[in-house]
Amino acid sequence: MSAPPYQIIIGLEVHVQLATQTKLFCRCSTQFGAPPNTQTCPVCTGLPGALPVMNRHAYELALVTARALNCEIPRYTKWDRKQYYYPDLPKGYQISQYDLPMSQHGYLEISDPQDRFEPKRVRVLRAHLEEDAGKSMHDEVAGRADSRIDLNRTGTPLLEIVSEPDMRSPLEAKAYLTELKLLLTYLGVSDCNMQEGSLRVDANVNLWLDVDGERVATPIVEIKNMNSFRAVERALTYEAERQFDVWEETGQRLGDVPKQTRGWDDNACVTKAQRSKEESSDYRYFPDPDLVPVMVTDDQLAVAESQLGELPAALRSRLQREYEVSAYDADVLVNQGRAVVDYFVEAARVSRDPKKASNWIQRDVLRALNESGTNIEDFGVCARNLGELIEQINDGQIPGSRGVEVFHQMREARSTLAEAMETLGITGVDSGELIALCQELLAKNPRVVSDVLNGKEAAVGSLIGQAKKSNPNVDPALVRQTCLDLIRQQST
Amino acid sequence: MSLTREEVERVALLARLELSPDEIERMTSQLSKILDHVEQLGQLDTTDVQAMAHAIEMSNVFAEDQLRAGLSRDDALSNAPKRDEECYRVPAVLGE
Repeated sequence: MSAPPYQIIIGLEVHVQLATQTKLFCRCSTQFGAPPNTQTCPVCTGLPGALPVMNRHAYELALVTARALNCEIPRYTKWDRKQYYYPDLPKGYQISQYDLPMSQHGYLEISDPQDRFEPKRVRVLRAHLEEDAGKSMHDEVAGRADSRIDLNRTGTPLLEIVSEPDMRSPLEAKAYLTELKLLLTYLGVSDCNMQEGSLRVDANVNLWLDVDGERVATPIVEIKNMNSFRAVERALTYEAERQFDVWEETGQRLGDVPKQTRGWDDNACVTKAQRSKEESSDYRYFPDPDLVPVMVTDDQLAVAESQLGELPAALRSRLQREYEVSAYDADVLVNQGRAVVDYFVEAARVSRDPKKASNWIQRDVLRALNESGTNIEDFGVCARNLGELIEQINDGQIPGSRGVEVFHQMREARSTLAEAMETLGITGVDSGELIALCQELLAKNPRVVSDVLNGKEAAVGSLIGQAKKSNPNVDPALVRQTCLDLIRQQST
Repeated sequence: MSLTREEVERVALLARLELSPDEIERMTSQLSKILDHVEQLGQLDTTDVQAMAHAIEMSNVFAEDQLRAGLSRDDALSNAPKRDEECYRVPAVLGE
C-alpha cells in the first residue's frame, strides 16, 4: 500500500464515567439500567432553589486519574455553567469547567508491540470534571410525534480527557484509547463499559497536505457516535479519505468553513453531517455561583499520589527487568489486567521459570479463559497449581508431552496437581529409574549408539517409542537427552 | 456601550426567546442601559487588584458519596407539561 498524499491529524476527547455510588452534585444513584426517572431529585432535575454540592469521592477519583495522566494540578479550580438548550439538560446548562480546569498539561505514552509506529508521548491538554446529561429516546410507537426523556443519568460524574492533536494515524488513536482504558482499569476509577456509555470517544480530525512545499490544513471535523475502539479506527480511516476527496473537489482550507460535526454510522461505515458546531462563546460560560471553588490541599494530593499504585507502563518494564520476559510478552500480560499479572507473578515464583509461566499463560490460560468466557479469578487452575505443573515438568516428574493434558484435567475438575496426576495415572519417573531404562535400551540397540557417535543424533528417536512402551510416564524429551548423555559419557 | 439590534436578536435566539420587532427595539435600549450602568466600573483603577475567578471566598465544600433517597417517579414527573408512565415527553428532538 502506498502512503497517502497527506498526514492525518487526530485529537481525541474521552468522557469517562467515574465509579461513584452517587452523582456529582447530589446523592442520587448512578446505577446503570434502572427504570427511567427513578434516580432523580430536585438538584439533578434543576428544580428552583436546589443547590449542588460536590461529591468528594468523584473529585478524588478525578484527581488520581489526572495524576496518572501526568497532569499538573493547579492549586485553584472552579466550575462553570455551559449554557445550551436541549431536552435532556433540565437546568438549561451543564456544570462543567471552562478556563480553570482541575488538571492540565499531562501526557500518555503509547507504543505498538508490533512496531507499526514509533513509541510516542500523546500530550493531554486537560482533564476536567463535569456532569452528564440525561437521555432522549425516540418513541417508536408514536412515530416521530414525541421524544421521551429519562433523567436518571443527569448529573453523573464524568471526567473529560482532552488530548492534543498528537496522533498521526487511526492505529495510534486506537493505541491511545486502549492504553487509556487500561490505565483507567488499573486505577479502578471507571468500569469503562462502552456499551453502557461509561467511556465515550469523540475525535477531531483533519489533514495536512503538502501543496508546493507549503503545508495546508483541511477544515477540522469532529466525529461523534463511535461505539467501540474498532469503530473509532474505521471512522477515522473513512473520514481521512473523505476529507481528501473534499479537498480535491473544493480546495477548502482550515478556516474557510465553520467546524463541522459528523456522526459515524457503523452499519453504513460512513460519517454523516450533523449540526454545525456552535462557537464556544455561544455557550456563555460563567462561574457557577452555586458551587464553591476547590483549593486542592497537600493532603488531597498526597492521597491521590499514594493511590496511583503500579501503572501499566511501569509494570511492563518491571516484568521485563525482574522476570526477563520479552517486551512483547510483558505487553500481552499487562494488557490483560492486574489480575493476570498477579497470576503470572505467582506462577513464575512457584515454577521458578517465568518464561515458561508466561508461555503457558498466553497459550493455554488465556485461550481457555476466552473460550469459557470466565475471568482469571474464577479459573479452574490457580497460579500456584500452574507453577507446580511447570516445575514438575522441568524436573521430569511429568512428561512434557502430557503437560497440557494435566492442565486441562486440573481445569475441568478444579483439582490439585497431585489429584490430576493420579486421575490420569501419571507417576513421576525419578532420574535413577530413567537412567536405568535408557542404559537398558542402549545395551539392546548398539546400532543406535554407533549412529549417534557417527553424528546421527536423530537415531535416538527410535528408542523413545520403546521407552514409552516400557514406562508410559517417561518424558520423551528426557529420554532423548539422557540417551545422548549416556552415549557421550561412554565414548569419552 | 451600545448594543446593536443584531446582537439582541442573537442573544434572543440563544435564549430561545421569540421577540416581536417592538420588543427587540425595547430590549436593545434596555439592555444597553444595563451595560452602560455596569460600564461605570471601568472608571476605577484596578491595576493593583487581583483578578477574581469566583464571587465566593469559601472553598472546598464536599459531600460524602452516600446514597440518599430522591424523588419518586410520580413526584419527579408531576410538573411535566406532558408525560407518560415512565418519561417526560417533549416535542421530537431532531436527530442527525
